[in-house]
Amino acid sequence: MDTIKQFSIFVENQQGKMAEVTRLIADAGIDLRSLSLADTRDFGILRVIVNKPEETEALLSANGWTYKVTSVIAVKVPDIPGGVATMLEMLDRANVNVEYMYAFVNRVPGTAVTVVRVDNDFAAIGALTAGGIELLSVEEAYGA
Amino acid sequence: MANYWHEDIECMPLEDMRRLQTEKLKKQVQHVWDNVPYYRAKMEEKGVTPDDIQSVDDLHKLPFLSKADLRDAYPYGLLAVPLTDCVRIQSTSGTTGKRVVAFYTQHDVDLWEDCTARAIVAAGGTADDVVQVAYGYGLFTGGAGLHGGSHKVGCLTLPMSSGNTERQIQFMCDLGSTILCCTPSYAAYIGETLHEMGLTPDDIKLKAGIFGAEPWTEEMRRSIEASLGIKAFDIYGLTETSGPGVAFECGEQTGMHINEDHFIPEIIDPDTGEVLPEGSVGELVFTAIDKEAFPLLRYRTRDLCKLTRGKCSCGRTLIKMCKPMGRSDDMLIIRGVNVFPSQIETVLIEQGYSPNYLIEVDRKNNSDTLDISVEMTAEQFSDKMKDVQDKERALASAIKTMLGISPKVHLVSPKSITRSEGKAVRVIDRRKLHD
Repeated sequence: MDTIKQFSIFVENQQGKMAEVTRLIADAGIDLRSLSLADTRDFGILRVIVNKPEETEALLSANGWTYKVTSVIAVKVPDIPGGVATMLEMLDRANVNVEYMYAFVNRVPGTAVTVVRVDNDFAAIGALTAGGIELLSVEEAYGA
Repeated sequence: MANYWHEDIECMPLEDMRRLQTEKLKKQVQHVWDNVPYYRAKMEEKGVTPDDIQSVDDLHKLPFLSKADLRDAYPYGLLAVPLTDCVRIQSTSGTTGKRVVAFYTQHDVDLWEDCTARAIVAAGGTADDVVQVAYGYGLFTGGAGLHGGSHKVGCLTLPMSSGNTERQIQFMCDLGSTILCCTPSYAAYIGETLHEMGLTPDDIKLKAGIFGAEPWTEEMRRSIEASLGIKAFDIYGLTETSGPGVAFECGEQTGMHINEDHFIPEIIDPDTGEVLPEGSVGELVFTAIDKEAFPLLRYRTRDLCKLTRGKCSCGRTLIKMCKPMGRSDDMLIIRGVNVFPSQIETVLIEQGYSPNYLIEVDRKNNSDTLDISVEMTAEQFSDKMKDVQDKERALASAIKTMLGISPKVHLVSPKSITRSEGKAVRVIDRRKLHD
């Protein structure tokens, strides 16, 4: 199944915290493939997809960062008006809830790759592929 | 004419008092050494033996006992006699999560009641008086302590306990109570109710009140005195040392005489434990030199206080303590509510969080703010914003249920709250900066 490992890192709302964690990842030679930040007044959750998930996990863990590894899907949404709406309708019809979504950094020509966190990966993948929407493969996502 | 219960003790010259204290202290230290392994271990750790205590001047060599020790040793660890010799248990309410259970032999009950008898006599009580005891009866020491002292003096004792205020006033009118014993806040309430019932101090025969067990101000004293038409006397004590009567006020109303033939007071620096000279403000420490069952040596009361010795117009030579000025431990008063960090800690642990937290109190727009940062574990973290916020809200709500005031809860990363090598800093009160 084409789910992708995403790291959700807890970042307290203090100056320099974001720089600290991204520098840690960069210095290990790890490439950020996508990035999103959700934030409140007190804290943020930095969500990233990286090219080396195993190394990233060991790195975060060893440096005391609080994180969760979650599976997400990366959807190649046709880059046309209504592309996202159509995809969401497919998920809705399959009773799949979207927790959050954000745009993937690297472009695939003709599509807008969107990272989607859903409550049921299996149903989501089934509904989307049945509707003719392609998913980004693990290899494509990690850039291997 | 001044009245005393034990004139020889209450007016004893200082040199004689010190001799008496020395004699009792030496005996007490030996008793504790022989019978309380918990304290003996503390002495051994400090390299002190009973032989090192030759007079009251050696008191400072002994190790301290704190509320934490009482908790560790709960319930029998500080008991110094066989249970069969004990006749009574009293206890604190435990509302702050720090229940204390104290044991008494008949000798201990007698000496305690003698202390409260001294207080009653100092307030003008004689065998002709009618003493209305409106302190709670039960495990709480207030009711039992004043009740016993009143018996000793030979007063007609009304064991009312607290509550049912109109009946309190009814009895006061019908039976002519002359001395009221209760907490100052209850005395104020009785005064208020008296006036609401359309009565005045002329309708009752009260002449004095003995009020304690909670902090009260001089303003409150004057207001109680006016509303009940009495003279109000302060009394001090704590369950750990026996109960009310450790110190009591005389007619001069300038501090409480400590029954130092039973309890030796010291004032220490709460941070260093160093004994401070007379007249300094510091933490009040008591050594019970006469008690058999639960003889606490150098017990840290956490009350900030000052001691003064000098001949009092009442004739007593007993050293005086001022009204406690506050607690040296970390009780906070936030929006008028007493808050103990231990209460917050209790909630955190109940809700599955680590006891690593930081309480920050500040004042914004004349209103106190309470912020609590709590470390969460990796398991408690969720990649969904809503889950984390829901956890914060649930925790804030549980804390509100415990304290009665709403905090703002911030979940933070594990190990992000600074650890201390000594006593953990759990509270930052920034309000002081504004004062």
